[in-house]
Amino acid sequence: MNQMPEHPLERFLRMDRIPHIWCSGCGIGTAVTCFMKALDEAEIDPDKVVVVSGIGCTGRVAGYVKFDSFHTTHGRAVPFATGAKLANPELTVIVFSGDGDLFAIGGNHFIHAARRNVDIKVFCINNFIYGMTGGQVAPTTPLGARTSTSPYGCFEPPFNLPYLAESSGAVYVARWTPLHIRRLTHSMAEAITKKGFSFVEIVSPCPTVYSRYNRLGDGLDMIKYYRDNCRIENWADTKNVPMEMGSEIVVGKFVDIDKPTFLDYQRGQTDGK
Amino acid sequence: MEVYNKGIRKSFETQPHYRDETSILTGEHFWQGDIAIAEGAIAADCRFFAGYPITPASEIAERMALRLPYIGGVYIQMEDELASMAAILGGSWSGVKSMTATSGPGLSLMLENFGLGIMTETPCVIVNVQRGSPSTGLPTFFAQADMMQARWGSHGDYEVIALAPDSPQECFGLTIKAFNLSEKYRLPVFILTDGLVGHMTEKVVVPPPDEIEVFPRRKTQKPPDQYLPYQPEDDLVPQMANFGEGYRLHSTGLTHDERGYPDMTIEAQDKLIRRLINKIRTNVDDIIMVEEQDLEDAEVVVVSYGVTSRVVPLAVEKARKEGIKVGQLRLLTVWPFPEERIAQIAEKAKAWVVPEINLGQMVREVERAVGKASKVVPVSHAGGDVHDPDDIYKVITEVIQ
Repeated sequence: MNQMPEHPLERFLRMDRIPHIWCSGCGIGTAVTCFMKALDEAEIDPDKVVVVSGIGCTGRVAGYVKFDSFHTTHGRAVPFATGAKLANPELTVIVFSGDGDLFAIGGNHFIHAARRNVDIKVFCINNFIYGMTGGQVAPTTPLGARTSTSPYGCFEPPFNLPYLAESSGAVYVARWTPLHIRRLTHSMAEAITKKGFSFVEIVSPCPTVYSRYNRLGDGLDMIKYYRDNCRIENWADTKNVPMEMGSEIVVGKFVDIDKPTFLDYQRGQTDGK
Repeated sequence: MEVYNKGIRKSFETQPHYRDETSILTGEHFWQGDIAIAEGAIAADCRFFAGYPITPASEIAERMALRLPYIGGVYIQMEDELASMAAILGGSWSGVKSMTATSGPGLSLMLENFGLGIMTETPCVIVNVQRGSPSTGLPTFFAQADMMQARWGSHGDYEVIALAPDSPQECFGLTIKAFNLSEKYRLPVFILTDGLVGHMTEKVVVPPPDEIEVFPRRKTQKPPDQYLPYQPEDDLVPQMANFGEGYRLHSTGLTHDERGYPDMTIEAQDKLIRRLINKIRTNVDDIIMVEEQDLEDAEVVVVSYGVTSRVVPLAVEKARKEGIKVGQLRLLTVWPFPEERIAQIAEKAKAWVVPEINLGQMVREVERAVGKASKVVPVSHAGGDVHDPDDIYKVITEVIQ
């Protein structure tokens, strides 16, 4: 009998941990597939890749990928990654985490890492809600959206993440959805090879809590929504890409610039002095 | 003359720059305790420091910022102490010995990721230069009131190692020791000093590099396909693999099995937590350091640590001149607590006196170790100054009656 051929991405996954915990229709799995393909495209030595996650649904990514991977406390993936990168600059350090982890409890770390231009890559699944804890309001929840802790609709305007990343100092900023698998993969590969603080937002369906609270249907309905309502506008001014309930979603590569990193400055200012 | 910022900067890529005359400043110096801590760290091969300014610990960060770029290291001032602690865990997993330094208010924040360091068994050193507290307290004055915070401040069950230097010379030596213990037992180790020792300036002798013992990382010799990141050795400590060495390991703050994978079972929790505790408890003889004086005939024993140990001899000498048989026990290791040794001494001693710059923290540990065998009397001080030696002397004379 012939042996089953190995799946082309098995070498990047901890197959002994599969099946994963993500719900059917969730966008995280698709984003992880794009991430694996992006590493292939970027031709990075897998032994030199470090994946760091925080807490939450997306926080589990570090546990499934077969690289050096670290699952930190809630919100602290970015400073852990900062330390890992500065201590060994030959590593490619990627933070893969969710919107609540990166922008509520971890928000201060994100803006400071971007400001310093530490050479790490941050891939953020934005599903507008805290999924793992049962669907609470997040700093990305659209105004008026219902969650378990915003039963009368969210009272707070959300962050526009690409704008926050760019104004904090990120050298690469893009936004895609799990519908845009080729473009998302390519953006991730560009971010991985880019020198400096790079950010990719992946707007992602959460059929189990966000869609249920807001009557948005299942995972497929959300993908159809992205097909009908996403507008690709590369180099869009990030000021102009906020998302609202039921609004158009502007996707694309928004920022790709070159700036010295933290270590470039440290070396430049201490060499031979 | 010091040579710390002379010559060519050396980076990780060009040259691992560990043990030479620019990194270890062999000779005699007149240093603050804080500076001696930074130099001790460098002598122990620390090459990554992430911190946040706070009185009275800022001089440690300042020294590291000055020194590290020229000896192949990196200094970074993080946005807060939560980030500082997370960053040194990351630095350690990338294979570089890492340290942070703070005072009580900052330690409160660091204790979050201290717990992550305990759970993931990450070697690193945290310095707490204690000041008057709680809250903002007395920033420019000192105290010894974080002893229990360091022991119990993160959530859950665990054991800690904490060392308490009482002079700049000891700041240098015990910081090296702290790094060695952190690598040997794979956990974040505390230096618990205080603002007076941190700012006290005294002679510090730095030995030649070959006389400084440095415990290397316990790197696995197994190939990646046979290596389990949390499989313990005989002393209950697992061997380590750094990021980027081809082991592609996983580590998590969740309860995990020997593969490092999350394991949400009662059995896994029991096995892991007991091992994390027992790797310290079964090795206390190797970890604990105390200094004893005049204990052979002692009827009264004065127990002290840190800066209080500098005051105690004045009170003890006065009492001994009057014929009172009083001895001294100084704790260089405050955690784990030397309870077995104290219980031994308590078989003969009649009374115990415990001066400390708090309202009674380590005295409870002394009471627990002594049991009902003899009397234990605290000499408390709320902070901002050392004890008047006469206050300790008075308690010694009263307790013997």
